Amino acid sequence: MSVLSGEVHLRIEELSKEYMIKSKQGYAYQRLPTLENISLEVSRGEFVSIIGPSGCGKSTLFNIISGLEKPDAGKVFLQGRDITGLRGKVAYMLQKDLLLPWRSILDNCILALELQNVTRSKARQQAMDMLRELNLGDFSANYPAQLSGGMRQRVSFVRTMLAGKEVLLLDEPFGALDAYTKSEMHDWLTDSFQKYRPTVLFITHDIEEAILLSDRIYVLTPRPAAIRLQIGVDLPHPRTRDLLVRESFVDIKRVLLKELFN
Amino acid sequence: MRKFMPSLIFFSFLLLLWEYIVKAFQIDKFILPPPSAIFEALINSSLLLLEHSKYTALEAFIGFSLAVFAGMVLAMIISLITAVKKTLYPLVIVSQTVPIMAVAPLLIIWFGYGLLPKVMVVALVCFFPITVSLVEGLEKVDADVIRLLQAMGANKFQVFIKVQLPAALPSLFSGLKISATYSIMAAVIAEWLGASRGLGIYLTRSMHSFQTEQVFAVIIVISGLSLAFVALVEGAGRMLMPWYYKKHSVADQK
Repeated sequence: MSVLSGEVHLRIEELSKEYMIKSKQGYAYQRLPTLENISLEVSRGEFVSIIGPSGCGKSTLFNIISGLEKPDAGKVFLQGRDITGLRGKVAYMLQKDLLLPWRSILDNCILALELQNVTRSKARQQAMDMLRELNLGDFSANYPAQLSGGMRQRVSFVRTMLAGKEVLLLDEPFGALDAYTKSEMHDWLTDSFQKYRPTVLFITHDIEEAILLSDRIYVLTPRPAAIRLQIGVDLPHPRTRDLLVRESFVDIKRVLLKELFN
Repeated sequence: MRKFMPSLIFFSFLLLLWEYIVKAFQIDKFILPPPSAIFEALINSSLLLLEHSKYTALEAFIGFSLAVFAGMVLAMIISLITAVKKTLYPLVIVSQTVPIMAVAPLLIIWFGYGLLPKVMVVALVCFFPITVSLVEGLEKVDADVIRLLQAMGANKFQVFIKVQLPAALPSLFSGLKISATYSIMAAVIAEWLGASRGLGIYLTRSMHSFQTEQVFAVIIVISGLSLAFVALVEGAGRMLMPWYYKKHSVADQK
């Protein structure tokens, strides 16, 4: 938590959401409570992970923060401003890279800037700078289909950063990658964050990944999701893989495992 | 060119066999002319064939262009407005059970023997594959991509222009290719019903005068025209979607 200013960047206040689903017989609707009174905060430049059982409603939480869905109760604040239900305020990245196959890598990266009516040449310049900075410059003219899954996910990440939003929502961005590629991505991501210092809210299933990357971790309960535990990760930066077997790391892992599978 | 070699060799063999059978069994020329006679007819009447081809190609091209325009507009309206989709799309599909060739005489009755009824037959035949392929292409788009753009603050129009339309191009082009092959054939059949110029009328005239080798020559010209038309569409596709034809992976270099 060394470089944090302490200013609250993103604040979520008592969010609740339930869906109405058709019951099995199909006549009546049934209530499906999904989020229950969730409150959390992320400071500027902080990396916060959310872990919880599958299907507990983590993605619903992100849909609400990004404005794709409206909560039944509760509010979302960005730097103290109420942004509940507003789109385009934070950058959202999903598990699938979702690159557009007809656009070159460079033009994929400028998608969000284009939607903000930044001129194409200016957007390209900005994207090229970041691609070069993150060692992806050589691929700028390629099409997504020409890159491997790991590389595509890096490009998707650059596109997310280039949206020009200070808060990034990452929904299991490495969930579809194999263990080796994932580990490479962690190093790459850590490097990138050293350079750009975004505020990150990160959803994952992977406990080790959460500890390795985060400043703080929230553990959610099974559906309806509520916050079960909040834990700070006081491990020194930069974090490398040999940390995985360190006592302090294993202690945190033990606590998280107990909370998740108890 | 090399990949077509086996087919070419086999085809040449078939032609030789055909030539031999006709000679060996002394089959009458008006029943089955040998390839050599067909080739001769093709050369001798090449100017005449060219003249008629021009007219047929023109009908096909105008009809096809009309179909592309109308088909695309209709497809976009169908996929953008749910109410239109619900009322119109089933009708569009059911309309295909009406054989266009059977409607063609009506068009002749209404519009006479000129260019217009032929163009309309071509357009009616071509428009369906274009509409359906575009509607399906527009709807096949990954819902997550649309969510992503919405999260970026994109409106419905921006989602359509930046994602749906380009994503639908490969599907649209398969419809366009089907329509392109139909277009020449539709023009020829429309000419059968009554025309003063065109490959269709040349074909029926040759048939009535038992010039079977001429009939074959026209068939060759028709397939040549159709092939050229498809090649044109394919070329346009390559220009518009270079990414679609360029899927070879480069190594995962650092």
